[in-house]
Amino acid sequence: MNVLAIVGSNLVTRVNDAGYVMDLLLRTAMAVRYVPRRLRFTLDMAFNAGVRALPVTMVVAAFAGAILAMQTGIELRRFGDTTVLGTITALSMCREMGPFITGVILAATVGSSMAAEIGTMKVSDEVAALEVMSVDPVNYLVLPRVIALAIMCPTLTVLSNLIGIYGGSVIAENNLAVSNELFWNSAREALTSSGTLLPKEVYVGLLKALLFGIAIAIVSCAAGLRASGGALGVGLAVQTAVRNSVILIIVLGFIVTWFFYFLAG
Amino acid sequence: MIALRDVFKRLGDRQILAGLSLNVPKGTNFVLMGPSGTGKSVTLKHVIGILKPDSGSVRVDGQEVPAMDHDQLMALRRRMGYLFQNGALINWLSVEDNVALPLKEHGRLPKGELQDRVMEVLRLVGMDHAAKQFPPSISGGMKLRAGLARALVTKPECVLYDEPNAGLDPIISQQIHELIKEVRDTLGVTGLIVTHSRACATICGDHIGILEHGKLAVEGTVDEMVHSEHPLAKAFLGGGAD
Repeated sequence: MNVLAIVGSNLVTRVNDAGYVMDLLLRTAMAVRYVPRRLRFTLDMAFNAGVRALPVTMVVAAFAGAILAMQTGIELRRFGDTTVLGTITALSMCREMGPFITGVILAATVGSSMAAEIGTMKVSDEVAALEVMSVDPVNYLVLPRVIALAIMCPTLTVLSNLIGIYGGSVIAENNLAVSNELFWNSAREALTSSGTLLPKEVYVGLLKALLFGIAIAIVSCAAGLRASGGALGVGLAVQTAVRNSVILIIVLGFIVTWFFYFLAG
Repeated sequence: MIALRDVFKRLGDRQILAGLSLNVPKGTNFVLMGPSGTGKSVTLKHVIGILKPDSGSVRVDGQEVPAMDHDQLMALRRRMGYLFQNGALINWLSVEDNVALPLKEHGRLPKGELQDRVMEVLRLVGMDHAAKQFPPSISGGMKLRAGLARALVTKPECVLYDEPNAGLDPIISQQIHELIKEVRDTLGVTGLIVTHSRACATICGDHIGILEHGKLAVEGTVDEMVHSEHPLAKAFLGGGAD
């Protein structure tokens, strides 16, 4: 009975949390008309997010690309066909690894900082102060952060894809006897063979990055806005923000891949 | 101006307000005192519409606050100021930008007039010299004065003060008390002040009410309360208080 009560109470809490996040997302969408008014703050936020996440993203992307090429190359060598290494590395980076790495790093660096900033404002009555001044915290605090990450997550993903493929090419040349020329030709062919301006592999990856950016910002701001109880509450908000962001990145990544490669062909 | 009637409010498993009634006439300062956790700040949040009562009436200028829609509530808040315990300034804005925030957000004044108005209130609270500084680099007393300037910049008809001298030394406290008094006397602003301080209550107040178990246990003019034999009045306003 006790166990049932605990499970039920946890379930209610999770449903409430999810409802709050969805409500915040809708309110943010309805506040989009305020973007020109918040442009300067939004660009500052985007710049800070980029600066904060760029070095880590580059290092992780380079190693992820290298590991991907190494693991794939080992198996391809057994079959005697390492010529498609560039194709596999490029497609994996653009479809999945690039957006995923960028999303997780943004969640850990920028999302956590958003939750901490807004959480601190909440527990020190600054959010209440905005409300009593008739300043809507959603369009003043949340909207610029959401737009900033919606811009920066795809931007960093493009860089992450390029660095990842480069990391793969270094391993291919030095450890798997695949020349740079062969690797890059194979990668280029894979990403341009569709004949469209933006190949499906790239735009699906960028769509994922866009959704990840919005999800990280909304989830982190929601955690901050629901913080209570001083420093402990802010710490819990940061933990909630990072945990929920990572879960959402994985779930959204799966849904988008399933939609574009299985449902819509 | 402000009238609460039989207000009940439960937060979680605690009954915070249990039939609170009080009346704040226009142009006067009403001081709300009482032990910690008796619902003083919760009362202020009802008046500004951040919290809604479970039952009872909260009226400002005859308008029922809990029944207001979003636009009416925003309009009410523009006519009111709120001074938070620590000033609640936005950390990334300078003092002058903090004070200008409500005017900028509601686009009430042209830029030049806005700047003049901001400097006028900063001078009133003695903070014009620190206009360019940022909250993390100023003292608690300065933050409170900047918070008061922000509360006054929109020329409110009423200001709610939440422990305006909490954690301040006696000299800064005295300055804040004088300011609150001056705001009432020179600007005719109505005030509802939450405090534990005898000095604040007797210097700033016209009426004092002491909360216990979610409603006023005793209330009266400053003179009546200072000489009251009620144990709470003696505890909060007697010679040994403060």
